Amino acid sequence: MTTVEESPATDQPDPEGPEVGFGRTLRKEDIRFVRGKGNYLDDVRIPGMLHGAVLRSPIAHGRIVNIDTSAAEAHPKVKAVITGAILETLNLAWAPSLSHDVIAILATDKVRYQGQEVAFVVAEDHYSARDALELIDVEYEILDPVVDARKALEPGAPVIRTDIEDKADNHIFDWESGDADATQAQFDKADVVVTEDLLYPRVHPAPLETCGSVADMDPVDGKLTLWCTTQAPHAHRTVYALVAGLPEHKIRVISPDIGGGFGNKVGIYPGYVLSVVGSIITKKPVKWMENREENLISTSFARDYHMHGEIAATSEGKILGVKVDVLADHGAFNNTAQPTKFPAGFFHVFTGSYDYPAAHCKVTGVYTNKAPGGVAYACSFRVTEAVYLIERMVDRLAQQLGMDPAELRMKNLLQPEQFPYHSPTGWEYDSGNYPAALQMALDMAGYDELRREQAEKRAAYEATGSGDLMGIGISFFTETVGAGPRKHMDILGLGMADGCELRVHPTGKAVVRLSVQTQGQGHETTFAQIVSEVTGIPTADIEVVHGDTDNTPFGLGTYGSRSTPVSGAAAAIASRRVVDKAKIIAATMMEANPDDLEWEQGTWSVKGSPDRSVTIQETAMAAHGPLELPEGVEGQLDASCVYDPPNLTYPFGAYICVADIDSGTGHVKVRRFIAVDDCGPRINPMIVEGQVHGGLADGVGMALMEVIAFDEGGNCLGASFMDYLLPTSMECPSWETGETVTPSPHHPLGVKGVGESATVGSPPAVVNAVVDALAPFGVTDIDMPCTPAQVWRTMQGRRFRSDLAITDD
Amino acid sequence: MTDLAETPVSLPTTEVSLTINGEAVTRTVESRTLLIHFIRDHLDLTGTHWGCDTSNCGACVVWVDKKPVKSCTMLAAMAGGHEVRTVEDLEGADGLDPVQEGFMQCHGLQCGFCTPGMLMVGRALLDENPNPSEDEIREAISGNLCRCTGYENIIRSVRWAAEAGTSENGASQ
Repeated sequence: MTTVEESPATDQPDPEGPEVGFGRTLRKEDIRFVRGKGNYLDDVRIPGMLHGAVLRSPIAHGRIVNIDTSAAEAHPKVKAVITGAILETLNLAWAPSLSHDVIAILATDKVRYQGQEVAFVVAEDHYSARDALELIDVEYEILDPVVDARKALEPGAPVIRTDIEDKADNHIFDWESGDADATQAQFDKADVVVTEDLLYPRVHPAPLETCGSVADMDPVDGKLTLWCTTQAPHAHRTVYALVAGLPEHKIRVISPDIGGGFGNKVGIYPGYVLSVVGSIITKKPVKWMENREENLISTSFARDYHMHGEIAATSEGKILGVKVDVLADHGAFNNTAQPTKFPAGFFHVFTGSYDYPAAHCKVTGVYTNKAPGGVAYACSFRVTEAVYLIERMVDRLAQQLGMDPAELRMKNLLQPEQFPYHSPTGWEYDSGNYPAALQMALDMAGYDELRREQAEKRAAYEATGSGDLMGIGISFFTETVGAGPRKHMDILGLGMADGCELRVHPTGKAVVRLSVQTQGQGHETTFAQIVSEVTGIPTADIEVVHGDTDNTPFGLGTYGSRSTPVSGAAAAIASRRVVDKAKIIAATMMEANPDDLEWEQGTWSVKGSPDRSVTIQETAMAAHGPLELPEGVEGQLDASCVYDPPNLTYPFGAYICVADIDSGTGHVKVRRFIAVDDCGPRINPMIVEGQVHGGLADGVGMALMEVIAFDEGGNCLGASFMDYLLPTSMECPSWETGETVTPSPHHPLGVKGVGESATVGSPPAVVNAVVDALAPFGVTDIDMPCTPAQVWRTMQGRRFRSDLAITDD
Repeated sequence: MTDLAETPVSLPTTEVSLTINGEAVTRTVESRTLLIHFIRDHLDLTGTHWGCDTSNCGACVVWVDKKPVKSCTMLAAMAGGHEVRTVEDLEGADGLDPVQEGFMQCHGLQCGFCTPGMLMVGRALLDENPNPSEDEIREAISGNLCRCTGYENIIRSVRWAAEAGTSENGASQ
């Protein structure tokens, strides 16, 4: 449990007084969670509440011939059975997706993936609702499924989206970024070109709490209250208004405590809509809570990127250019959640952290008979895939050149004086000191000593043919978060700005209302600290309100590590506005000129007369009192802000993984993991470190264990935690973390966001370590997850496709 | 179809009497009722969470006769006559259990969903082994999944409780 950088002194709260501002403050939310008093979706209980359950397709592709619900309807505890045919009469069978496609709420014509929603039962209790699913008889005409994305565009492939007029293939989009000609020119003069086919297989965020909702449509005043596991309550409300034609002011979305999100709870799932329809039909509150199998087979998966990479360099190891061709498997409906202009998300940040003149990528999206989704699992809008691509390619180049991968990276990293840096694919990186971060990681790891140990172990293995194979893997990532500038970024036409409202009560206590929604990131503490830092009001005196559209300002919610970069900026600016207003009030109170006042956290005083001062709390009371305010100044002490970020923020980091592979079984053990993160100043270092730890575990999981694979019939092979393996305490090492601090020049607090950094940055470090360990076997690549079976076969030159069931020898 | 349609909907019931957090309760429930649902839906103690159905995640861990048990894989009827303890009972008259305090001090939780199960496992470990090593803690919590913390701070939290328990004799009974 090594933390190399000693926490600066400001991390320690002053034991003499209340905690104010940034630092290691314990979390305000914890006291209810450790007592078992959290209020998660399944804890919501309303008198008279009924329970819904979804009947799902057992097959991947088939025409619905007939649905007989009569037996289910006859069940004495069943209150309603809803099919696609019923939804069609309400014009609700289809809904807009988040990517300008449609999704089926309940299948009407065909089922297009295993687990797709076919019918919905509402019953008096959960067990009865599940029983009644067994009483529904669906007759399917089975169709050939498209399981392999690489065959989706072949002539004669079954057409999945027959609902789209004149659709004759499974093509969704082609999208390009960068300059193909300029990149080719670089390749033409290169000494070395290395190519590799990389797979980032389908994985699932799998938060411990599955998705669910409780819908309560008040039949008298027509107001819908929807408790929902959503990371984006305001965006959801607007979409419901657009889908269902309900007036927006008659919809209240409440997102209670969320048991982990990681992108899984961004999308709008049919179950949410069905609970609403169930409540409208039965005139009772209806709860829907999916089980784990439903969560894994039907809700937002992540990745499924098939990438062909090419990297060009000089013989001395100077990178000249990178080309990428991606086949993106989006499943049966294009329902990724990402900014409209970017169908491949921010994948085109794949040029990474290195200085070279040209790059080009082409992304082709295809439909397959698999669950829809694609942007989830802390991916920062596909920066995960981008970082995996470049970090694997750089390692591949080092291997080809016979260069140390650390040395090759050092040679090509962007230099501090190059910021703001304009990348070949159009990004403007805000700030960074990349060599310092990599050097810190190398020093923490004792890199040279590790290489010596590795050489000894290799020699021992070659001599005896047994023992561990040791690998050292490096990754350097640049994140692209805090989406984003409204003129460039919207989801379904909603600009990605976020609001904040701050009110200081007469007694100096405050409430701050946010559009973003925590899923464990600790917003109730962090945002109180932001307001506290700026206003000087103690953190304990600031209440954070979020997750309720009736009581918070509009904004797009929490994903893409955007809460601190966007909403955090809004909170900081609203706080500054409160301080500015307090200045006028303070000047009035002291009968001084506002220009003669100076601010020291929490207090306005007259310059040169420190005894003439008032606290922010005193100005709050005065603002509500009889004090005569200057003309044009209204009473009370409050402010708001809608923050439109001028640019994204670019957190970065250097990671090193040390892995040992049992040469007799292929089992990979992560021995050490060193992570140096730079997310700018840390509002609460304890919380930031916790975010990094969690992401590192994600990386170990994805690299070694996690995959949603399919057999040739389209059956999901990762449908429970017995098959979809998540890392436990036994797979995770003791994380070794360090930090550098490079503030963002355009964020009012300089902070960059950190929620997804480690999930984005860690998988290639683990895979690079595995490939490094296996290099003596001539191995240049391996598909995630590096299970014992995959490693064992790769050692023998018999790699298999990890996204499909093994069909060869 | 007809076979299913004739499935009886009046299912057998069982009277379950057990002790929950020191209080004797009796409920008549469908015999198939799982202990997790008995606790959450019939006793309204929602601190214990359901996460996976397959005994993999450990969010549902409670104590049955002082041993941690995954309550999603046990029928309520099987707990009849036994003593069940949930997270709601950890806090005593003297305040929070050191394990609860340790999780707050060491940032051992983020979303909080796995926390009740982790707390019950941690308390059970410390009762059996008041001074566990890091490896012993790792092994003890290896049946409990956490998606947020990467486990490091959970291990620190249990160690914190171990140290608090020996120095202050806390509320660890």
